[in-house]
Order: sequence, then C-alpha cells, then structure tokens
Amino acid sequence: MSAAASASGMFDCRDAFSSTLEDLAESDPRIVTVVSDSVGSSKLVNFRRRWPERIVNVGIAEQTVVAVGAGLANGGKVPFVSAASCFLTARALEQIKADVAYSNVNVKLVGQSSGIAYGELGPTHHSIEDIAWLRLFPNLTLIVPSDPWETEQAIRAAAAFDGPMFIRISRMPVPAIPRKALSFQIGRAEVLAEGGDLAIICNGTMVHRSLDAHRMLAEEGIRARVINMSTVNPLDEAAILDASATGAILTVEEHSVRGGLGGAVSEVVTANDPIPVRRMGFPGFLPTGSVEWLLDHYGLTAAGIAQNAKELVQRKRR
Amino acid sequence: MSSAIQRDFRNDRLSILKDKALWIRRRSFQMVYEAQLGHPGGDFSAADILATLYFGVLRFDPLNPRDPKRDRFVMSKGHCTGAFYSVLAAAGYFPEAQLSTYMQAESKLNGHPNRNYLPGVETNTGPLGHGLPVATGIAIAGQMDGADFRTFVLTGDGELQEGSNWEAALTAGHRKLENLTVIIDRNRLQQGARTEETAALDPLDDKWRAFGWHVEIVDGHDYGQLYDVLSAPPTGRGRPLCIIANTIKGKGVSFMNDNVAWHHGVPNQAQFEQAMKELV
Repeated sequence: MSAAASASGMFDCRDAFSSTLEDLAESDPRIVTVVSDSVGSSKLVNFRRRWPERIVNVGIAEQTVVAVGAGLANGGKVPFVSAASCFLTARALEQIKADVAYSNVNVKLVGQSSGIAYGELGPTHHSIEDIAWLRLFPNLTLIVPSDPWETEQAIRAAAAFDGPMFIRISRMPVPAIPRKALSFQIGRAEVLAEGGDLAIICNGTMVHRSLDAHRMLAEEGIRARVINMSTVNPLDEAAILDASATGAILTVEEHSVRGGLGGAVSEVVTANDPIPVRRMGFPGFLPTGSVEWLLDHYGLTAAGIAQNAKELVQRKRR
Repeated sequence: MSSAIQRDFRNDRLSILKDKALWIRRRSFQMVYEAQLGHPGGDFSAADILATLYFGVLRFDPLNPRDPKRDRFVMSKGHCTGAFYSVLAAAGYFPEAQLSTYMQAESKLNGHPNRNYLPGVETNTGPLGHGLPVATGIAIAGQMDGADFRTFVLTGDGELQEGSNWEAALTAGHRKLENLTVIIDRNRLQQGARTEETAALDPLDDKWRAFGWHVEIVDGHDYGQLYDVLSAPPTGRGRPLCIIANTIKGKGVSFMNDNVAWHHGVPNQAQFEQAMKELV
C-alpha cells in the first residue's frame, strides 16, 4: 500500500490487491493476470513492469478476458482476471456462467471499482447488480473485502483455493477496520462489535460506516451487533441465525437492495424464524451525483445507518 | 522413412479415418434415434473432421485425460454431442455402452458437454461463441510456457455470428498464436436457414486473414485434405491457423443432405432404418 494512502489513514483497496498479488507472484510462477485494457485501473502497472510476459491484455473485450482466463486455467495457470466490475460481470455474464462457474475452473475474477465508485459517470458505470447476478452460480465463491487487510487475505485465499472465485474491490477510500483477531476464512462471518438489540450485517465499504453507526447507537443505549459478511457465497448461515436472536437485522451494502447481501440474508431468515429485516442499499438506476452525494442521498452513512437501526429496533418493540 | 513408406502409412491412416467416421455417423444417429433428441445434421457435417482429429492428429492419452502435455480439442459447436461423445468413446475416454444413456435422466451425456462429467471434455460449451475464446486462453498458456501442445477448436459456421469469436480472433491474431487452430464446419446452414440468407459470412476467408490468421480451405469430407492440413507442423507460420472445412449438413444420408430440417430433426423408425442402410 502506498505511503500517501497510509498517511491519510484511508486506503484504496486496489493497492492491497496489487501488492499482494505481486508478493504471491514472486513465489508462484503459475499466477498470471488477465486484463481488458484495465492495467492502470487495476493498479497492475508495476506487475506489468515486473512480469510483462505474465500479463495478458486482450483489449476492450470482456467476454474474451473471462474466457481467456478459463483457458489459462486449463493450461495450468492461476489467472487473476481483473477489470471494472460493471463491465466484467455484466458484459461477460455468460462467460462467467459457462466458462468459469459451470465448467468449475480455477479462475479468480476481480471486479474493480465496484458499487458506485464511478459516481458521476452514472448507472452504466455503477456496479450495484454484480453480487445479485453472480450469487446465482452455486459454486462461485464471492468475497467483498472491507479494508486493505481483508483484501490481502482474500487475494491470498483466492490463490490458495482451487476453484472459481469473484473478489469485489472498491476504489473508494476506507480506513483499516479495527479487529481484535486477525483471522480470515472464506465463508466465515466476522463479528466486529457485539450487541443484542439488533444485528447490522454489512460488507465492503459499508463496514466502517456500520461500526461508526454502532458507536452512535451505543450513545443512545442501543446495542448493535456488527457482522462483516465479507463472503456472500457460501453464506455463513449460522452467523445469520445467531443474529436472528437479536430480533431484527439491518443489512447494509454498496449494492442494489434487490438480490444482493440483503436478499441473501433475507432468504436465510425467512426460511427459519422470520424476524424484521431491513435492507439498506440502492434502489436501482441512480441519479447523477458524486460518490459522497449518492451515499448521503441514500442514507449509506454512519448517521443514516444509525437512523435506520433505531427505526428497526422501534418496529421490533411494537 | 522413404516416401513410399510414408505414402503407405498415410493411405493406411486414411482408411482408418474413413472407418471411424462411418462408425461415428452410425453410432451418433442411433443415439439421436433412441433419445429422440439431438442435432444429427451437424453431427454428420463434423464427423469426418472429428475422426481425423482423434485418429490422425491429436496427441492424447484417454487414461490420463488431464495430462498437461496433451493436445487440446475444444468442441465449440457443443450441440453436436452425438458425434462428439461417439468419437470420445471410440478414442477410449469412456465405454461405448455409456453412449446409450445419451440425454437420459442424470446421464453424464448431457445434451451439451460438461468437463466435470466426462473425461476428454476441455470446457463446457453449448452457448455458441464460447469455444474459440477459451481455446485462445489455452493457447496463450502454451505460448507462455513454450509448450509444444497444440489447441484445436471446432466451430459451426452460423456460430461465427456471435461477436465473441471475433474478439478472440483479434487477440489470437495479435499474439501470433501459431499453436492455435480453428476449424470451421462450413455447412452453410444454421438452425433456421442458410447462413448467407441470415447474416452472411462470406467472404469468410478474407475476414480471418484480416484478423491476422493463416487460412486454408479444404473439403471437410476429404480425409486426405483434412489429414494433411491438420497434421502439418504449426511452427514457422507465425500466425494462428483457420481451416474453413466446406461440409454438407447431414452428409452421408440422402434425405438429410443439406436439409435444414435436420439441424435438430430426429428420425422415426423408417428414417433410422433407411439411414443405417445408406451408412455402410
């Protein structure tokens, strides 16, 4: 990670992605990268400088970037296919389905600048549907890291894991998440703050905001459990069932409220002992606005999350 | 080897290819007849190409199907599983008896091939325009390693209307993947009509040349032409190879020849018996 980012206390997780990948590539010659004119936006300029023969740039061709990844896996490589998440997942959805997931090959898809990171560029460049449509492929592991440390863990886990995986990486600056235990495991949710009044289940860029909301709620006597559900598939159902014991669940994601983390959590809750679930995220195609404006407009701030949590707790008490 | 011995070897080989292709046509048509499902027209246009690849060209060991050194064959026209499964069985990847389960409940012989069900399948195909892009990735892996395995992909011709093929053609041409060969089963018929009446492909050879490929045009039912062009060493060309194999959909059975109805038509008993009389 760059010194400039560290000095500000905020980090671009793409830096952790690329530095970790370079670290892994030093000792594992099978690791290659595949990009669709997305070298700079994936922060792979240094990787290309170090290993020009191990980066395959297919040009602006997302179907081919995914399919070539599948072919490289067939040829014994461990390909990390890295491109803007909006194009990678939407344009190449059938390649992800047939060539990667259904074929069950060892390809790591890295969706960069996901969510609303491209702000003013608009809904064509937002990727707030990616988790919803990728969640349909049963064997495609989905990870949404929350900070540089978790990004590094996810990339290391991806390299060590034999199978298809999608890792969603934001370019939106995030702080390092305070953790008591540094232990990452695919498919295991992480309780970052304890509480019994409700559970906030979140991932990615919403984790630090949810932790801030936890502190705001605590000042008002509301104890919110904060669960980092960085793996969306396979889902940690046990953690969701534990969270149900609080009587109310608030899901928070930088994604559409349709079919993403909130949808996944709701499916588990309704199949067991239903409790109120409120899903925070985006409603659909979004108006023009900066990242900050959009997050604020849709309440995806610490204050907005805290407000929704309070309303949900009141509903629970009725 | 003297040229006379080479000639004898080639003639013996061509005789084997002819026998295998006939067997593939008969066995695949029986599969389609029993399942009352399949794509027999395309099975027949591809049968001679598949026989030539598996019994004349490809290096593989059916007992070690994931051998890193194997030549790769990608069946992009994944709907033609009658012919593909038949040639895999004939090549020893699984027992012939398994062919009788074609498209039955929970059979490993799905309507479209699945690499996790059957050895010898490199990638799951079915949706069109997927084979060449994956094969391009395999060939890039080989190029990176300086490996000497070759990668072959068989596409339909109607399938070339899928834009994904041309993305991959651009990349393969750019990277000068001489270890990659695409064979186009140019039967000029797609599901609903002639390719040239639907979204014309001609001049097809010029298109591939413009993308940086070396093009050969052969009779896709002439074992000698197929064998010579497919078995020639790929080195020194500096370009990927595109073989346009002119074929006839339904080739081998009079009432199926060049008849669009047999794209996914299936035979009744009389038609099956007639076909078996002709396929000798």
